[in-house]
Amino acid sequence: MNGVLGDTTALIGRHLLHLRRMPTRILSVTLTPITMVLVLGYMLNKAISVQGGDYLDYMMAGVGAQVALACVGSIAIGTATSLRNGLVDRFRSLPTSRVAILVAHTVSDLGLAAIGISIASVVGVLLGWRPDTGALSIAAGFALLLLFTYVMLWFGVLLGLSIRSPEALGAFSGLVLVCGSFLSNAFVPLDDLPMWLRVLAEWNPISAVSSACRELWGGPASASTGSVVSEHPLATALVMLTVITAVTVPLSCRAYHTAEPR
Amino acid sequence: MNAAIEAEGLKKSFSDHQALKGVDLSVPAGTVLGVLGPNGAGKTTTVRILATLARPDSGRAVVAGYDVLREPREVRRRIGLAGQYAAVDEQLTGRENLVLLGTLLRLGKQGARDRAVELLDRFELTEAADRLTRTYSGGMRRRLDLAACLVSSPPVVFLDEPTTGLDPSSRATLWRMIRDQVASGVTVLLTTQYLEEADVLADRIAVVDHGVVIAEGTPHELKRKVGTEWLEVTVAHSHDVGAALAVLAPMAATPPRETGDGRGVSVRLPDGMGAVATAATALEAARLEIAEFALRRPSLDDVFVHLTGRGNS
Ligand SMILES: Nc1ncnc2c1ncn2[C@@H]1O[C@H](COP(=O)(O)OP(=O)(O)OP(=O)(O)O)[C@@H](O)[C@H]1O
Ligand SMILES: [Mg+2]
Repeated sequence: MNGVLGDTTALIGRHLLHLRRMPTRILSVTLTPITMVLVLGYMLNKAISVQGGDYLDYMMAGVGAQVALACVGSIAIGTATSLRNGLVDRFRSLPTSRVAILVAHTVSDLGLAAIGISIASVVGVLLGWRPDTGALSIAAGFALLLLFTYVMLWFGVLLGLSIRSPEALGAFSGLVLVCGSFLSNAFVPLDDLPMWLRVLAEWNPISAVSSACRELWGGPASASTGSVVSEHPLATALVMLTVITAVTVPLSCRAYHTAEPR
Repeated sequence: MNAAIEAEGLKKSFSDHQALKGVDLSVPAGTVLGVLGPNGAGKTTTVRILATLARPDSGRAVVAGYDVLREPREVRRRIGLAGQYAAVDEQLTGRENLVLLGTLLRLGKQGARDRAVELLDRFELTEAADRLTRTYSGGMRRRLDLAACLVSSPPVVFLDEPTTGLDPSSRATLWRMIRDQVASGVTVLLTTQYLEEADVLADRIAVVDHGVVIAEGTPHELKRKVGTEWLEVTVAHSHDVGAALAVLAPMAATPPRETGDGRGVSVRLPDGMGAVATAATALEAARLEIAEFALRRPSLDDVFVHLTGRGNS
């Protein structure tokens, strides 16, 4: 076990070196959320109204969730292209734990996402976002977002290992980003949707995470529909994330084990 | 002697295509086996199975004393692999590449650093050690790749086409380096499309084609399969060819043939230097102007064409 930890640390070190050589990668995870905060929180803040508060307070959780969604595509493509390179074959021919390779990749990308979420939050604060539920509750909100990001990263790994073609992954990850952001309450309350769509969007894990975050940060909530998700978003989100992890992590590891380089 | 690599009846299919149809190999410890075959013969597939990166559909293989299917981890502890495409991290320097591998191979921080220095020196990369490998030439990349598979001093090494795409001088350098490794007792399985490479490096050669080993033996034995030496005479003027054929016919083991550009005659002589001397004297007596007079041995190229029924390179 100690060895696996050492391997993971060494491989994370490798990703950090990459980041040092290509610092522009930070832009890829920060540019979109900053733009979202500026456009929605500044330009459209007055145009969109939500019950029980400011739109800025509503959408900050959505921006965080969107960072997690954006990670799906980038790690999926990263995983798929790394298999084209002989380097993965070399790592896999070492007595090194293979899980360590995937853990290192996901943890490094989680660090990147954390930078993105932090910068977006700072921009939010500059625009007047003031969560006031106490340090613990605010921290819990960020912790939930990071947890969600980490789960999404493993989902991305699985996606990359199953689809493999970077072109197809590019298209598919765009779909994940758009559907994830807008077929949920991340940016718009679901109150006006037709019932069937509303139920679908409500049970979207992104909605559960966003609602839970708003609850923790004291933002305005969607009107309750009486369903379990809208009554207990945090508990539902945690259950959903656990289930997704229980599926994606073992499947990813198995797929990685047997993946042929192509 | 103990076999360091032993494979029996390896079969592997990809969807509808059967890449390996039953490969048998045996490499005694401390020797070099050259696996020779054209594109698509199944060389890489074989290496990947032996290096525990792919599972065969059937058959078994033992590498460094451990079964590749049952104890892959033990096998991985004892092998080094340089795949067909140089596997170096382009965004890291040569030194960082080696230190990372050393750390993953549990040499410890200082141990990994010392080993990197040693290998960089041995593979003549010290000067380029702190440059990103993205800026390396193909030959340097290959050398680093070779260094990378030796970090843990493994007793068994797989080299998949180690010199493909290199110029003759880089190739010669790499050959020298591989030979140095072999001298230290490492067992090597190397694949190649270059017959010359197998000839220079390998103790034994297995020729594979369409997923099966079609011939196996020392380079010398394989050449013997094609036949013994023959004499090649080139006359200075093409109108002399007929005369040369006539002069050589009586002493030939098989009828002489005209070759190439119409000025050459190739003839198989009975064994012994006497026959060569007789041929030379007879040509001299006929007062033919001779441009070239040479005894040729079959090359591995001839072996290859003979065995596969088609040309290579
Ligand atoms: N992952 C894969 N999926 C489908 N077919 C494959 C795969 N890997 C290899 N093959 C097929 O198996 C056969 C053997 O391939 P292999 O790579 O072992 O050949 P090789 O001898 O290494 O050739 P080369 O000299 O070109 O490297 C080829 O016909 C190839 O197309
Ligand atoms: Mg190959």
